[in-house]
Amino acid sequence: MTTTEPLLDVRDLSVTFARKSGPTVHAVDGVSFTVRPGETVGLVGESGSGKSVTSLAVMGLLPRRGVRVGGQVLFDTDDLLTLPRDRMRDIRGRDIAMVFQDPMSSLNPVVPIGVQVTEVLERHQRLRGDKASAAAAELLSRVGIPDPTRRLKEYPHQLSGGMRQRALIAMALACQPRLLIADEPTTALDVTIQAQIIELLKELVQDTGAALVMITHDLGIVAGLCDTVHVMYSGRIVESAGRRELFAEPRHPYTGGLLASVPRLDAPRGAPLHPIPGSPTDVLRWERGCAFAPRCPNRLDACTDGPPPLETLPGRRLRCLNPLSETEEVPA
Amino acid sequence: MTEQTSASSAEDVLLSVRGVEVHFPIRSGVLVERQVGAVKAVDGVDLDIPRGATVGLVGESGCGKSTLGRAILRLVEPTAGTVTFDGTDLGSLAGEELRRMRRQLQMVFQDPMASLDPRQNVQSVLSEPLRAHGVGGDHTARVRELLDLVGLPASAANRYPHEFSGGQRQRIGIARAIALEPQLIVADEPVSALDVSIQAQVVNLLEELQDRLGLTYLVIAHDLAVVRHIADVVAVMYLGGLVEQAPSDDLYATPLHPYTKALMSAVPIPDPAVEDTRQRILLQGDLPSPADPPPGCRFHTRCPFRQPTRCDDERPALRTVEGHPQAHRVACHWAEDIEAGRIQPAASAVIEPDPAPDPDPAATT
Amino acid sequence: MSLSEIEATTESEQLEQPAGNLRKEAWKRLRRDPVALVGFGLIAFFVLVAILAPLIAPYAPDAQPGRGMITPTNIPGPSADHWFGLDASGRDEFSRVVYGARQSLLVGVVATLIGMAGGLSLGVLAGAFGGKVDAVIMRIVDVMLSIPGLLMAIAIAALLGASLWSVMIAIAIINIPVFARLLRGQMLAQRGSDYVVAAVSIGVRRRPIVLGHILPNSISPVIVQATLTLATAIIEAAGLSFLGLGSADPRVPEWGRMLADTQRYLASAPHLAFFPGIAIVIAALGFTMLGERLREAIDPKYRR
Repeated sequence: MTTTEPLLDVRDLSVTFARKSGPTVHAVDGVSFTVRPGETVGLVGESGSGKSVTSLAVMGLLPRRGVRVGGQVLFDTDDLLTLPRDRMRDIRGRDIAMVFQDPMSSLNPVVPIGVQVTEVLERHQRLRGDKASAAAAELLSRVGIPDPTRRLKEYPHQLSGGMRQRALIAMALACQPRLLIADEPTTALDVTIQAQIIELLKELVQDTGAALVMITHDLGIVAGLCDTVHVMYSGRIVESAGRRELFAEPRHPYTGGLLASVPRLDAPRGAPLHPIPGSPTDVLRWERGCAFAPRCPNRLDACTDGPPPLETLPGRRLRCLNPLSETEEVPA
Repeated sequence: MTEQTSASSAEDVLLSVRGVEVHFPIRSGVLVERQVGAVKAVDGVDLDIPRGATVGLVGESGCGKSTLGRAILRLVEPTAGTVTFDGTDLGSLAGEELRRMRRQLQMVFQDPMASLDPRQNVQSVLSEPLRAHGVGGDHTARVRELLDLVGLPASAANRYPHEFSGGQRQRIGIARAIALEPQLIVADEPVSALDVSIQAQVVNLLEELQDRLGLTYLVIAHDLAVVRHIADVVAVMYLGGLVEQAPSDDLYATPLHPYTKALMSAVPIPDPAVEDTRQRILLQGDLPSPADPPPGCRFHTRCPFRQPTRCDDERPALRTVEGHPQAHRVACHWAEDIEAGRIQPAASAVIEPDPAPDPDPAATT
Repeated sequence: MSLSEIEATTESEQLEQPAGNLRKEAWKRLRRDPVALVGFGLIAFFVLVAILAPLIAPYAPDAQPGRGMITPTNIPGPSADHWFGLDASGRDEFSRVVYGARQSLLVGVVATLIGMAGGLSLGVLAGAFGGKVDAVIMRIVDVMLSIPGLLMAIAIAALLGASLWSVMIAIAIINIPVFARLLRGQMLAQRGSDYVVAAVSIGVRRRPIVLGHILPNSISPVIVQATLTLATAIIEAAGLSFLGLGSADPRVPEWGRMLADTQRYLASAPHLAFFPGIAIVIAALGFTMLGERLREAIDPKYRR
């Protein structure tokens, strides 16, 4: 074990949504993970996996009505879940910043980019006037926006998707946060622009020493970026490992299934794809057994008897009663 | 248009696109509207689709690939050029003739929810093409057969689109496209709206149907890995024009165009061992506006291999390169020099592999 | 974003439900909505009153049971015999308000139906053909919209002469452009949607595409608008009658006309203004409440 204290320590986080009709939904259920300073952690999952809800819960951005959040989210020594609203607002933006998937809806369409960036600087760093503008221009150029002084005067719709995402990252960086949470930051972007943004995030993490939580459905992004990866399915973590271990030896049938179903650019042509049967909506409720059981090729009878525990193995956590063997490549 | 080489005419070509342009007028004015310019969404494309083959058309958003697909199906009118399908010039058809020809050319859409009428149940969705073309017989039985072909239970017929998951909806869309036993299917981003674990199901289904029904595909996608998997021939599009076209294996083994190189190096591969050792070519900036494309080579404003001559004033045509098969064609003045390493990319555009220091493996507590 | 994930997790549960369509779901939501239920209740109440008027009203609308008791300075208010009091001619105000429901509902419904029919025809033409047809129809609609509604209604009603029909036609005409615009906008939006492109690519003819796909998917907001128009039509009808453009027949009481007749006695007999006024407000409120909630139940944007 390293001696570094975790920067973020999520313990047994659960989020339930009460609905007017129908049963309550456990969007996130007993999720625990840590993020150390300078570390890049990936939360991977498909729609309905709870990865985005997890990040919103950490940021305190879930709506209050109809939502119950349980567990602890320790940042330094503060539990973000019990922090008063104004303290949380201070931490958000100054210590923890977030970048969203859709840069257009995260920016105010009727306010110039410059004003939006300087606003953050004024609020959290108490910069004023020319100093704030100069700092804003520097930030934009730092995230690779050419001609920043002119760009500051422009409105979000005048920027391309990639530039908007850069502007958002600039805003997130304005206060040199110690933790950056990026929720599918490149999903709306083209692949060459995605490469630019990923490269930018890598650089920023290296230069500033900030920690990064990357939320994505794209295993390829995780493979090149994250130190530690947590795979989520239907609200729970099913497998966690360092990225090399995870990709070299996926143990959970879901992780293995995902890897086997994604076409690889470098695979020989005609290599068959092994899709996971069913869809992410064919889930079992965790109380009744493993949520992945209905789609799992390795299913045992015991899998549907009750929720499988998250076991800690050397260098790995795994929630499976019948994992892939360590040599097995993919489930057929 | 340029004369086709004998390589493609020898094949049995089902669909042939020559010099197709789609320019959308930009109008301005308060009372009297005047055309002040045009968005050149597709600007001179030649493409052959051999019978029974799968041609992949890749490019990023705004490159005109979807518009080209729709122009082929006459869902948008090409402003110039010809599309010849099985010997018939589609541009010469109108009204009822065109409508009847649509039987042969079908489309699969990106967003399966949006492409289905929310008020139509599956039975109605799948029998609509049969009704439209006066196909007789037992529609209920045919619908059941179609559902079976795409792997859905017969009970799906009485349900409505919103009751299905994304992957199931896309199966319905595919069933509709094959209902009339068409020869060509244009699939516009058929899997990009689906969950990762579902994409492979739909890709496999498309391949399976091709084998069973002898279909010809034009698959339009931004995901190179998907296209690499499914296509025999791949065409790469940038800002309204094709920059490279080659048999799939040749293209992925030796991409000749700088844009193809950059595109391929940008695709993340789900394997840390590969990711850590890859060299990346990063493109500068964004796609220029198709309303005001750069002169010369469309790509020269972002090209890391740009040369001081020719690139900015002479538009390159697709051509063969010595040492590569006839079918591998590229639109770059300097393809030979780039391949031979005589021209190196700008240093700022190249990201050398830099494996992130691995933290201790016990980092997961 | 978070919500879409929640939707996704609950999708499997929806799959287990029996097949149903969007209208059924909207109906289900509406049945659980208290505001809609109150609105519906108010409307049902007025419809019943209108139908059962002869049974409910103690007097005929033109009977003058209190003729002897009336002087211009003394018009008796509510009493045990006459719940809403007497009017200036000694007629029973309650009976007249009850009978008045017939006129208001009739004018509202007929005017809305005519307006909707006219608007839909124009809207379908414009939305289905687009281009020049669309441009011409929309210019006409723009001209109609540029004239203030009530002013135009007054002009039309005056031109046609004072009668119930002229009120209905006047109100219908001023509502035509509203429906035409609404439907055309909806249809144009649907025309570019993927499922319409899909129908074209399959080779479906234009007519089934317009009537089978575009129109049914455009009509919901029109139904909502019709409900809301009913409310304004009732108010507008009262307004026109108030100005003396409605039926002058004393045997057919009409709320707007009753208000107009009251003007001179407002100081001495405020109840004469109060009861018809309240009737108009409550009837209009019923349709507005139902219409607003109908919109929310049908419009996907309000879902979740």
